[in-house]
Amino acid sequence: MAATIEAPEKLVGKPLRRREDPKLMTGDGNFLDDIRLPGMTYAAILRSPVAHAKIRGIDTSRAKAMPGVVGVFTGEDLADVNPLPCAWQAAGVDNNVATPRLLALGEVRQVGDPIAVVVAESVYQANDALEAIEIDFDELPAVVDSREAVQPGAPQLHENAPNNIVMHWTCGTDAETVDRALAEAEVRVSQSIFNQRLIPTAMEPRGSIGVYDPGTQEYTLWATSQAPHVHKLVVAAFVLGIPEQKIRVIAPDVGGGFGSKIFVYFDMPLMLWLAKQLGRPVKYFEDRTENYLHTTHGRDHHSDIEVGATADGRITALKVSTLANLGAYLSTVAPGIPTTLYGRMVAGCYKIPNIHVDVKGVYTNTAMVDAYRGAGRPEATFVIERACDLVADATGIDPAEVRRRNFIQPEDFPYDTGLGMLPYDSGDYAPALDKALQHAGYANLLEEQARRRADGSSKLLGIGLSSYVEVCGIAPSKWIGLSGEGWGAGLWESAEVRVYLTGKVSVTTGSLPHGQGHETTFAQLVSDQLGIPYEDIEIEHSDTKGTPFGFGSYGSRSLAVGGTAIYKSVEKVVEKAKLLAAHMLEAAPEDIVYENGKAWVKGSPDAVKTIQDIALQAHVAYDLPSGMEPGLEAVTYYDPPNCTFPFGTHVCVVEVDRDTGQVEIIRYVAVDDVGNVINPMIVDGQLHGGIAQGIAQALYEGAVYADNGELITATMNDYAIPKASMLPTYELDRTVTTTTVNPMGAKGAGEAGTIGSTPAVANAVVDALSHLGVRHLDMPYTPERVWRAMQSQEARA
Amino acid sequence: MATTMAAPGRVTVRMKVNGVEYAAEVEPRLLLVNFLRDNLGLTGTHIGCDTSQCGACVIHFNGEPVKSCTLLTVQADGADLTTIEGIAKNGEYDEVQMGFWEMHGLQCGYCTPGMIMTANAFLDRNPNPTEAEIRHALEGNLCRCTGYQNIVKAVQYAANQRGGGGAAPGPGTDLEFEHKDVIEHAPENLQDWGDQLAGQEEQ
Repeated sequence: MAATIEAPEKLVGKPLRRREDPKLMTGDGNFLDDIRLPGMTYAAILRSPVAHAKIRGIDTSRAKAMPGVVGVFTGEDLADVNPLPCAWQAAGVDNNVATPRLLALGEVRQVGDPIAVVVAESVYQANDALEAIEIDFDELPAVVDSREAVQPGAPQLHENAPNNIVMHWTCGTDAETVDRALAEAEVRVSQSIFNQRLIPTAMEPRGSIGVYDPGTQEYTLWATSQAPHVHKLVVAAFVLGIPEQKIRVIAPDVGGGFGSKIFVYFDMPLMLWLAKQLGRPVKYFEDRTENYLHTTHGRDHHSDIEVGATADGRITALKVSTLANLGAYLSTVAPGIPTTLYGRMVAGCYKIPNIHVDVKGVYTNTAMVDAYRGAGRPEATFVIERACDLVADATGIDPAEVRRRNFIQPEDFPYDTGLGMLPYDSGDYAPALDKALQHAGYANLLEEQARRRADGSSKLLGIGLSSYVEVCGIAPSKWIGLSGEGWGAGLWESAEVRVYLTGKVSVTTGSLPHGQGHETTFAQLVSDQLGIPYEDIEIEHSDTKGTPFGFGSYGSRSLAVGGTAIYKSVEKVVEKAKLLAAHMLEAAPEDIVYENGKAWVKGSPDAVKTIQDIALQAHVAYDLPSGMEPGLEAVTYYDPPNCTFPFGTHVCVVEVDRDTGQVEIIRYVAVDDVGNVINPMIVDGQLHGGIAQGIAQALYEGAVYADNGELITATMNDYAIPKASMLPTYELDRTVTTTTVNPMGAKGAGEAGTIGSTPAVANAVVDALSHLGVRHLDMPYTPERVWRAMQSQEARA
Repeated sequence: MATTMAAPGRVTVRMKVNGVEYAAEVEPRLLLVNFLRDNLGLTGTHIGCDTSQCGACVIHFNGEPVKSCTLLTVQADGADLTTIEGIAKNGEYDEVQMGFWEMHGLQCGYCTPGMIMTANAFLDRNPNPTEAEIRHALEGNLCRCTGYQNIVKAVQYAANQRGGGGAAPGPGTDLEFEHKDVIEHAPENLQDWGDQLAGQEEQ
């Protein structure tokens, strides 16, 4: 029928190289610190050198007289500006909320707390003047460990949070029932687990530029942001009290985020406030130590777990009690991470009849903890995947078999874990496990491990598995919003698709990239769906001016939620194009076929109207059907019915040097199922980077505070971001289980690698040492820690 | 712009950057990276750490890769510098830039200029590197997005294009971007997706 209609090459599923890249590989990118505006001034922040103190006095007089200084301000000057809000409080329980002010007022509670700001003609002059500010502190005792912070007599951070408790939240079956199931279990294991604190470390630190135009009374904020619309709303309505229509937020090229650029930080409203005070643009760009001290951290969970199972390895009960260190104040969405995104995901891929999760959020004199790549799901996966291996160890059943026996089965979906999460949409967990084991050569590896143990080889072999499931597209407004999980808004996403008179296309989206290649992926999608050449499609993002409100990029939601909004807008455009084509072809609308950018009457493919013909007609509007408005564009606000739940199995093979404790990953196999894939090259890149960050937690990274609250790992010299030589080659494969949650069948891939990888490495290292009696080790697996574990176990043996 | 006598507290420096001669009066303490970015507007050279770990600021100093955050501007007096802006010639990307593009060696792009500068100087010294040599050569450049695998491939690609060849790639490091499993599974078009989904719903 459509034999004469030439079908252009389809782009979905193809590894197109990215359209974002040329500017980034030639130095033509435009990151925040690259922006120079006429009359711009530069801010530097005086930060607390102590973890906890009353401020008795601040003397800025010498600083104000320094060369080039335009202004010096302290918390007193901002006393009538609201503190930053906490937009996601744990649902169903009281939250003892304490959030940071833009500059400290009377008390500091962490090293790095902003106390004063100097604005000067240059960054050098601003920093010179910081040295001239004198502060009289009355030091108070500090606490950095969540286990100590909740003890009676511990230093107290906030009057409204007795024992430093932010909130006490539970989910799952009641504790008594779970205790009973544990008591009745044939096998029972318990373990304390520390999921150490991490520092996100986007390669570009954070910053912001404030501009105020007295003529129009409009504010412009440039920010390193994963969510410019949200920042606009919060800064305008909740902090500064600016009418929302008078503020514009622009995220320029953003050099990585990993969650840390979701949140509203003090400098965003502060730069706008200063710009108005001083009548000049003001830029602040933190240095790396400021980033480490005061931009949000991730993880930091102390958990006690108890697991019960039958003798044949079926898990019958799981009880988890977690202290989540949230730092000195609540960051924007901090309480939601260890509750909704952690507690409700602790079941993992498994059918477990009795689970109880108990979470306490805790204030300490440390940096705020909020979402970091995976956000709650890596911690949940670590708990359940360590639990699987503990059960395997206790029952003598192979870890792969333990997982297989407990998997939720394909026919069980949609599956409700009983933990208050939305039902898992779709899944088929065993094929991913099988594929990973087969690719890794599991049986041979087990033989090799046995051989080395028998030989007394100096390189112990460890094989670690991690079967994970995670939740993406955390958006459904009714569920996530205030009346449900407690987020202050629904998390729908918007898209506008506009076909111009010339047939060229602009797409605006509330999703935005900070490395994920949205422009390429979205253009592939629109090109296929609309039949307009890829080159004719512009993906616009990251500027709130004149674009529909959107909630931004995090939680692996851009394609599943933002992409669906685009998809639905294109559908609306196609519908209108078909109506107009029917008019142009003098046919009934229901007889019009639209494919590959062409419309024709069913059965008459010789007379076609191209989308370009139709767009022209829609705009010149000489001859439109009765009642049709000119133009060819559509907006969608898409609120998905459910989240999506990608999954997979990772296999890590390590060698542990018997003499030095050095761990080396010799194979890393990941079989991930992220549903349908638009650009496999980009998806693989996301998985590579995610796996690297997960391995980094297991082997290298950890934020370390001294007891007095000083951050020991405050530079890249001390915090171990892995180098190229410290990471393995990733061997990736996929299974594809689509979802019906969105029309593309895509699940999300941004965090899966991080979530799956950490437990795989941990299980491999523990497995390598298991014959010595090691059942668990806390991360990171530094040579010293591993060596000590081997020594103590061998001594005990 | 150039004067023989600098203003009090300032020093006159002259240098060639990307083939252009510059002269300026600067404070003796001014870091070279700040001079390049703020005085010359060459903002492709980035700052990521302040402690000489991350390598986002790598440039070529008389042909050698250096971290420009670790040099004072006055130390570059008389030097011949190349920054990332000077790598593409007449609008043509060089082999390393093409390698990063073809092999998806960048995501956010913040570390990329420094990576490209380091890789370029490395391939000048070692045109036929092994994977281990590439990973070792990149130790002074941190990337948080890619997990390095595609950066290694990018350098291998560049070595091949330059005629060096490079060692045979190990598992997972084919120079053609290919993910067989995915290509087989990926639906041909959105229509197929729709059919797939409809099929599922019927089941």
